[in-house]
Amino acid sequence: MDFNLKIWRQKNAHEKGHFETYHISGIEEDASFLEMLDILNEQLIREGNDPVAVERGCQSSGPVSFDHDCREGICGACSLYIDGRAHGPDDHVTTCQLFMRHFKDGATITVEPFRSPAFPIIKDLVVDRSAFDKILQAGGFISVRTGAAQDGNAILIPHEDAEKSMDAAACVGCGACVATCKNGSAMLFVAARVSSLALLPQGRPEAARRAKNMVAKMEELGFGGCTNTRACEMECPKGISIDHIARLNREFLKAKFRD
Amino acid sequence: MADKLISKIPDGPLAEKWTKRKSELRLVNPNNRRKLEIIVVGTGLGGASAAASLGELGYNVKVFCISDSPRRAHSIAAQGGINAAKNYQNDNDAVYRLFYDTIKGGDYRSREANVYRLAEVSAAIIDQCVAQGVPFAREYGGYLANRSFGGVQVSRTFYARGQTGQQLLLGAYAALNRQVAAGTVTSYPRHEMLDLVIVNGQAKGIIARNLVTGKLERFGAHAVVIATGGYGNTYFLSTNAMNSNGSAAWQCYKKGAYFANPCFAQIHPTCIPVHGEQQCKLTLMSESLRNDGRIWVPKKMEDVMKLRKKEIKPSQIPEEDRDYYLERRYPAFGNLVPRDVASRAAKERCDAGYGVNETGLAVFLDFSDAIKRLGHQRVQERYGNLFDMYFKINNVSPWEEPMMIYPAIHYTMGGIWVDYDLQTTIPGLYAIGEANFSDHGGNRLGASALMQGLADGYFVLPVTIADYLSNKFAEPKTDINDPAFDEAEKAVQARIDKLFSIKGKKTVDSLHKKLGNIMWEYVGMARSEEGLKKAIEEIKELKKEFYEDVCVPGDQYQFNQELEKALRLEDFFEIGELMARDALNRNESCGGHFRIESQTEEGEAKRDDANYMYVAAWEYKGEDKEPELHKEPLKYEFIEVKTRNYKE
Repeated sequence: MDFNLKIWRQKNAHEKGHFETYHISGIEEDASFLEMLDILNEQLIREGNDPVAVERGCQSSGPVSFDHDCREGICGACSLYIDGRAHGPDDHVTTCQLFMRHFKDGATITVEPFRSPAFPIIKDLVVDRSAFDKILQAGGFISVRTGAAQDGNAILIPHEDAEKSMDAAACVGCGACVATCKNGSAMLFVAARVSSLALLPQGRPEAARRAKNMVAKMEELGFGGCTNTRACEMECPKGISIDHIARLNREFLKAKFRD
Repeated sequence: MADKLISKIPDGPLAEKWTKRKSELRLVNPNNRRKLEIIVVGTGLGGASAAASLGELGYNVKVFCISDSPRRAHSIAAQGGINAAKNYQNDNDAVYRLFYDTIKGGDYRSREANVYRLAEVSAAIIDQCVAQGVPFAREYGGYLANRSFGGVQVSRTFYARGQTGQQLLLGAYAALNRQVAAGTVTSYPRHEMLDLVIVNGQAKGIIARNLVTGKLERFGAHAVVIATGGYGNTYFLSTNAMNSNGSAAWQCYKKGAYFANPCFAQIHPTCIPVHGEQQCKLTLMSESLRNDGRIWVPKKMEDVMKLRKKEIKPSQIPEEDRDYYLERRYPAFGNLVPRDVASRAAKERCDAGYGVNETGLAVFLDFSDAIKRLGHQRVQERYGNLFDMYFKINNVSPWEEPMMIYPAIHYTMGGIWVDYDLQTTIPGLYAIGEANFSDHGGNRLGASALMQGLADGYFVLPVTIADYLSNKFAEPKTDINDPAFDEAEKAVQARIDKLFSIKGKKTVDSLHKKLGNIMWEYVGMARSEEGLKKAIEEIKELKKEFYEDVCVPGDQYQFNQELEKALRLEDFFEIGELMARDALNRNESCGGHFRIESQTEEGEAKRDDANYMYVAAWEYKGEDKEPELHKEPLKYEFIEVKTRNYKE
């Protein structure tokens, strides 16, 4: 398969970015999107070495930087905005699980980073998502010391509750929800953590406080508010439901009521 | 310097060793812990749990990872589960049995005392994780659920769907975040350790490259903990994450830490087969699938040919024409034999010509019986996300046709040599989790990596490291302007400058791929003296090619992924060479290490206890010099050493 790739290039956080277009051919339809980018990078490095190609103006910015790691949809590192959608045109996948068979041969594909004021660009398609770590540091945990735990079976958790908690806990922290939301809100991310813990008896003692502190941190870090457009739920690679936002709101209101 | 290999295993009965050691270990009082600094490199299960627990104790911890967040460490990708000797199933499980299974699964090449301790603390890990809010699978009554894994006859594996590693890591990461908020831990994401700094013979700090600015930075401490995982990516294609690497551990080796059993690499039987030249990563399908999936190839060659030409579908092959070869060869354990056994059996069938895809390198993993027996709903609950994942990658639904699988490199049992306290041969340097060598011998059982990472990080290291630190609190903070830091930084800078100066034509990945081919061919599932010697020569040649013709674009002072890869590949060349050297030395078949010279008439692995019942610990002797082999004899005082038998 052949493609034209229109890719966002940006040297660092301070300089202005721009699109560059590259042509790539001979891609297997079973290749993943990131494997295709690997091949493009090999090509760009080789062309950078070839004086004739450079004269032709083949490349100027070197290989494209992009975050990736596990390549099996679980680490949450990959974060590409492809043809106007977080993680591209397939539903409920991360970018690394997107395959070229989902594109038409000869298509022009636009690739951008996840854009949000809270996610500054580091280089090309790589963004800084450390704001997510900071939100979780504000309360996304249960305060238990190592060694202080009772027997695991002493806390009974109904099967359905454990499953619901797991649905929320499946969040990979990629930031697709933020990149997709017109307000740049991180509500789905926050809700996934708050809800996952609030559904378990161990998480109840700190549930309200956790919701309040994490939401406050989210607002402080420049994420927007939630206006229930449900776009986040549509684009979440793990299909996390906005029902969890409702649960977050309940916990949040409880906390405010207590104040 | 063989006297460096003092394992510090306490005397006395097996079940009392850990208690005894704990009672001997010195303590640091809470007020003095504040004065002590510890560096933890890596934030997988081992690193995150250690950093969090040390922070809770009141130490000043600096934790480093190469990804943008500690949560992305590769432990996140572990699917199937975590073992613990809880005996919740009343199937006669016990600490002793978990210990026994692990020693036997490791083919009698691990330490009795370490493995027993691992089994002993396993139950507390589950309790800890539940308390942190890890949503383990539950029965309808609310009790914890279990499943079974390879190499055992009990159900002791706890799980959170097919995302157990993710959930356990999020638990440890949450504990870590709590400490970051409390101010005891400082987190340094996007930092890569490039050297260990030794002052007066003790580990005192690291040189790390800030991956965003490209600057080299110095960090000092009273002790350094390496938790950077394994070196499976030496093979280029593996189930490891793309950025997983052996470099931090390797720098420790080059600074004097012995490296143990490097040739013990695990080849996992259930991975998605290689699909073409453009592939860079292999995907694991969880071992838990072997609980209910049955592995087979056709009995008739004509069916094989038709499958390859896509003239028939696997589901059309009648039951009597299928060879469930694991059930045939190993009736007692069937599809749940250990990984090394299952991998070799797949290779045997494919070598005999029965491989079921175009490349001839694939076998079937079939769920049709399970779906009939358990129904759609229960199979969905157990494996739904794995089926989805398989479908996304292959465009074939495991609900309709069997999965195609083939073995791939997955885990490395070898690693930095450590004593019972997890201290390396360098005072003040500790290694935990997959980065050390200690618990899995020649082969790791499924669902035991998570157990070991968390055992080391939550329960072992925080206790043992106090013994070393107990007399350090009066010492001043490590001075990062010490000449040892200057020297280390200069050496790293020289390495980087050299890479940029080559200005060759070959990409880093293209050379890494070549290394991977050499490793898979000669240091893979079947190894021979001739092949291993060839591997050592070919790696040397390839290394030469790298230093003459590699191209590292860009410059140092920017986010530069090609530079990161080039630095790691330099180390992979050397790791690969040491793996081959160790495999050459170990002229026996044991665990994942199969020497074709050492097999039974039936083609089963043949161990040589008389000559090789030892840990091979290698000492670095300098550039272009042969490393020196030290042997730590393995003594089995409490169990009888037997030939592994999964047939009856």
